[in-house]
Parts: sequence; C-alpha cells; structure tokens
Amino acid sequence: MTAAVQLDRVTVRFGDFTAVDGAKLDIAPGEFFSFLGPSGCGKTTLLRTISGFIEPSAGRVLIDGRDMRGIGPNVRPTALIFQNLALFPNMSVADNIAYGMRVRGVPRRKRAETVERLLDLIALPGQARKRIDELSGGQKQRVAIARALAVEPQVLLLDEPLSALDLKLRQHMRNELRAIQRRVGITFVYITHDQGEALAMSDRIAVMNRGVIEQVSDGRTLYNSPETAFVASFVGESNILAGKVASVDGAVASVDTPIGPLRGRNVRGLRPGSQALLFLRPELLVPSADGIAARVTDAAFEGTGTLLTLAAADGRPLTVLVSGAAARDIPPKGAEIRLAYKAEEALVLPPDAAGDA
Amino acid sequence: MHSSVGQVVIFALPAVVVAAFAILAIRDRRRAGPAAGPGFVATNGWPVAIFLIVAVGLWTVFMIVLPMLSMIDLSFRPRLPPPQWGSARDIYTLENYRYFLFGSTTSTASWNTTHLKAFGLTIWVSILITILDFVVCYPIAFYMAQVARPARLRLFMLMLIAPYWVNEILRAFAFRLLFASQGVINRALMGAGITDQPIDFIAADVALYSGLAYAYLLMMMFALYNAIETLDRNQIEAARDLGAPWWHIHLFIVLPHAKPGIASGATLVFMLTAGALAAPLVLGGPRTLWFTPIVYDRFYQAFNWQQGAAYALILLVACVVFVLLVLKIFKLRLGEIAK
Ligand SMILES: Nc1ncnc2c1ncn2[C@@H]1O[C@H](COP(=O)(O)OP(=O)(O)OP(=O)(O)O)[C@@H](O)[C@H]1O
Ligand SMILES: [Mg+2]
Repeated sequence: MTAAVQLDRVTVRFGDFTAVDGAKLDIAPGEFFSFLGPSGCGKTTLLRTISGFIEPSAGRVLIDGRDMRGIGPNVRPTALIFQNLALFPNMSVADNIAYGMRVRGVPRRKRAETVERLLDLIALPGQARKRIDELSGGQKQRVAIARALAVEPQVLLLDEPLSALDLKLRQHMRNELRAIQRRVGITFVYITHDQGEALAMSDRIAVMNRGVIEQVSDGRTLYNSPETAFVASFVGESNILAGKVASVDGAVASVDTPIGPLRGRNVRGLRPGSQALLFLRPELLVPSADGIAARVTDAAFEGTGTLLTLAAADGRPLTVLVSGAAARDIPPKGAEIRLAYKAEEALVLPPDAAGDA
Repeated sequence: MHSSVGQVVIFALPAVVVAAFAILAIRDRRRAGPAAGPGFVATNGWPVAIFLIVAVGLWTVFMIVLPMLSMIDLSFRPRLPPPQWGSARDIYTLENYRYFLFGSTTSTASWNTTHLKAFGLTIWVSILITILDFVVCYPIAFYMAQVARPARLRLFMLMLIAPYWVNEILRAFAFRLLFASQGVINRALMGAGITDQPIDFIAADVALYSGLAYAYLLMMMFALYNAIETLDRNQIEAARDLGAPWWHIHLFIVLPHAKPGIASGATLVFMLTAGALAAPLVLGGPRTLWFTPIVYDRFYQAFNWQQGAAYALILLVACVVFVLLVLKIFKLRLGEIAK
C-alpha cells in the first residue's frame, strides 16, 4: 500500500537555521497521525512543507506516491486548517465552506448539497447563513474543518486547531475530531504541543525536538518505551535521576545516582561507565518495606489518586502517584517512607546530545 | 454697530460651543452610564480638558463651519460692490447658479457650454484619474503590505514619499519640463527613432493627466496599504490552499477586505483632483478648461465673489455626491471609511 504521505529525508532551512532536519516517515492512508513537540520545534514548518507553502531545502514530500516537487498548495490533494483558522470574515458560513468548490467551478446546486451535508457532519445544521463573527469558538472550529473537507482532500492537515479553545471545549472537540475522521475516513495529520491531545486522538505520533523527529510510534509505546531522553521527559511525567552506568546485567542496568544505585531497563544498551539518565514514572513507585528512602513533604488529592511529593536523601523532590488500594493508606506529611519499583519498568537512557532533559 | 456684532460673535460663540459640547457629553454619560475606567478629565485634569474642548471647538467653528456658512450665504447674493454688501439691494437670488447653467444672470435662452463642459470634463477626468490611481497603487500597496520584508518596505516607503517633499507647484513644473517638446521624453522617443517630430503632450493633455494622477497618488497608496496591511496573511494562504487562482484571491479575499480603504482612497483622490489648482494651471493645454481655474477666475479676475462662491459650492456638492455614490456602491457607512 502506498503511503498517504511520505517524507523522504525532508530538510527545511531558513538562512542558516535548520527548522526541520532530515524528517523521514510514512503516514498510512486513513491514519490519524500527530506531530508532537514543544513550541518552535518546527511542527508548523513541516506541515507547511507538506501542504506546499514551503519547498524543502532537501529531500522529497510524496503524497499518495506522487512527488510533490513544484506542485503548488492550490493543486495538492491536501487541505490545511490554520492555527488561527483563517476563516473569511466577509463571507457567510455557507460561503466559507463552499469557497473551495466555487474556485473549482462546482455547480451551485452541487455546492449547496455539499454544504448541507457538511453542516450535518459538523453538527451545525441550519447555521449556513450566519456570519463568521456570530459563531462561538467551537463553531468556528467546525466551520474550518468543514471548509477544508469540502474540497475532498486526501490528507487533512491540522495546525493546533484546538489551542484557542478552553479546556472543556478542547476535550469535547478531541472526540469530535476523532469521530469526524472515522466518518470521512481520510488521513489526518495533526499538530500539537499538548501530549494529552496527541495521546488521546492519534493512531501514531511523531515526537519532534529542534527540527528532528525523535521517535514515531503509537501513544502507548511512546509512553512506556520512549527511545530518547527527550521523548521520555516530554511525554508524561518522570522523576529523572542522572548518573553513570555501574553494571549491566542482561536487559537491566544499574546506575549510580546521587541517591544510590538504582536499576532500570537498559533500552539503548549502554555500557558500564557511560553517562545515563534514569526515568521513574510517578505511578511506578509504591511505598514499601525497603527501597529509596524519602520523606513525605506534601500530598495532593487528585481524584483518581493522590500525588505525593517527597524529599529524597539528598533533598531532591520526587513525585509518586498513589492510586487504587494503596490510596487508602496515605502516609502523613513528614513520614519517612521507602519506595520500591520494578526494575524493568524504569528506563535507562543516554542523555540528549544537547544536554537537556 | 457692525463691528460690535463681530465682537459678540468672536467672544460669545466659543462659549456657546463649549457649553454645547459639555451638555452633549453630560447627556451621553447619563444615557450610557460612566465609561469604564477613569474618564478623560480624571486622567488629564480639567485644564487640559477645557483647553482641548476650546481648541477643537474654535477650530471647527472658525476653520470649517463659519467659512462654509458664509460661502453658502454669499453664493445666493447678487454681484455688488463691497460697500453695498448687506444693504437693501443685497437680496437672495439664484442668478449665480443661473449664470453657471445659461451663461447669463437673467436669460435662460442658451446653455453656458464653456463652463458646463469644463465642469463635466473635470468630474469625468477626476473619476478616470481616481480609477487610474487605484490600478497603479493596488499592486504596489499589496506588495508592500503582504509580500515585502521590512527592509524592502522601508525603501519603498522612502521612494514613494521623497518626491512629495518637493512643493506641488514645482512638481507640476517638473512634469511640464518632462513633457515639453524639447523635454526628456520627446528627445528619448526621437532618439530611439519611434517618432521623428516632438509630440505635443501638453496640448494632448497627457502632461495634465499624468501630473494630476501623480499629484495625489500617495493618498490612494496609503489608504490601500493601510487596508491591505490588516489582512491576515493566513487568509490569503487559506484561499490558495483551497485551490484559488491568484486573481480569485485578489477579487474575493483581498479586495473585499480592502473595501473601506479603497473607498477612502478613492474619495480623497477624487476630491483633491477635482479641486486641484496648481497642476491644471501649469500643465493645462491651451484649449483645456479645468473647472478650478474658472472658479479661481471668478474670484480674482472677474472679482465676482458671489459667483465664485456659487461655483465653488457646485464643485463641493459634486464631490459630496461622489462620496455618497462611492459609499452606496461599496455598501459602506461613512464611519467605516474614516477609520
Ligand atoms: N519564515 C521563517 N523564517 C525564518 N525562521 C522561521 C520561519 N518560519 C519559522 N521559522 C523558525 O523555525 C522554527 C520552527 O518554527 P515553527 O513555526 O515550525 O514552530 P512550531 O513547532 O510550529 O511552534 P509553535 O508550537 O509555537 O507553533 C522557529 O524557531 C522559527 O523561528
Ligand atoms: Mg506552529
């Protein structure tokens, strides 16, 4: 099966600044694919490269197997939903949705039918004659989606379309978007810096950092088996401890951290003596008879569990999420407790070259 | 007695205006409730507020309202030597307007073709020049507002503005030199072998029309630039992404957005062109009759101020009609083009 979108070592430079560096991946037809990364990591740039507003400095973009070099955004089978939506304020809802069909010379009757059908799809029936500034944020969102879908693109590109909405509406629109995608069945390429959004909606996620794609996988793998320190720290919460690998025993390595030797899965096969970071998710740590010694400094009840803040032997803060049966027995503030975890659930990763995480 | 009336007007009117403004402000406040945040007076103090009100009031009354009213009044008076102004013979009459239409203050037998033609030509050519200015300015304004990088933009601005540092009359003379029979253009044309005789650009009104078009180009340029500059570039890209060809984007995205700017640019250029005096005097061909020199002649050659006032008023009314027409065509309200 040919990929809906194929990035073949795509590099984008602005002057001598490299915004996207050698992006290489395939997006399958009908997939909900997300790019996740912090602000300024090159997500928008990559999306604009796919839609044709930016020509890659090196590499190729293929859509449905066709090389897109020299093909402008107005003829590519993609539709882009802008970060600020960019609806046309001087047109009605219906005219906005019909705009793409109008420039393609679709007959008026057919246009009206399509607009009708799309308004049903986005659950805004009967709002065709409204002006854009009479709509709420969520409604504008839907109109932008309908406008893009009206041109029947093979790939819909969405640039943080939910970032302007409030939390409640954002969560609602997540489900809505996912439902719309299932109904129309086309490929969605979604951009976000919100990991919750990416994890909740996507079939697969590409995590970007400084123009480089660090890992491409489904959300579960990303969370449980990050391959780089950046991915491990960006996706989900972690207690991060730096140290040197002391010994390697099969798949597990022991790291000399400031609070003692700790064991974790040696994902990247680090050798004894090399620098390493140990990642401990808050939910992996459980109070027990022995393990890491720490003193409880704060406890915050969060509904599904209780978030404990502790001070380790050297005073560094650790967070532990206690839920389920253990949550009935929260240690009081000031209590000296010990924390245990399963060695194969912690991760040992090399620090990033740039030294963050 | 006459002078005392004048004194009363000069000293009493500002007070009346200030009072009127104050009453308006108080009524407005009663109706709308106190504006959010501290008011203008609270932030700036009474002295500043009073100064501003008096200054604006005086400006409006003495520079705009009074001259206007006296012009209208004058235009309906018969021609009299100044000592008889205000005397019993100074009655209201339509004779100045009659003269404009029929070339005589009494008879209506034949049309005043010279003046009517000049008036018609002035309005017609002003409309054409307004359109020409729009056509010339739109691409440049679009480039400056949406495409150019900041450094390039500054260069463009400078190149556009610098020529206007030269006085309007000097600029008109420069155009005359440019288009003269031994001017740069004619010599270039002959040098290139395109013509073998100098073309009389002045008589053909080419010089006049180019001079007029150039004179108020900046008005259109900045009106358009300001309007296009506020258009979100994403909208242009969204249209392109949806498959629109470039002309469609201009026609249905950029132009509708720039509508208020186009309207205000068009009305400015039209009014200034129709009322231009320097360019027609300097660049007008021997047979061309522009309307403003005729008005000028009423005042300073014929010493017929009453008729001059009537002629000026006719031009003004034409301009107002044009503005209303433009607003109607563009489906705009007056407030929108004054932004
Ligand atoms: N036209 C341009 N010229 C120069 N540099 C640019 C240009 N466009 C983007 N950049 C740079 O490229 C980098 C990536 O920008 P991009 O807009 O792709 O980030 P992003 O990941 O979308 O961020 P955000 O989440 O804030 O939208 C930034 O450092 C930005 O300054
Ligand atoms: Mg972005």
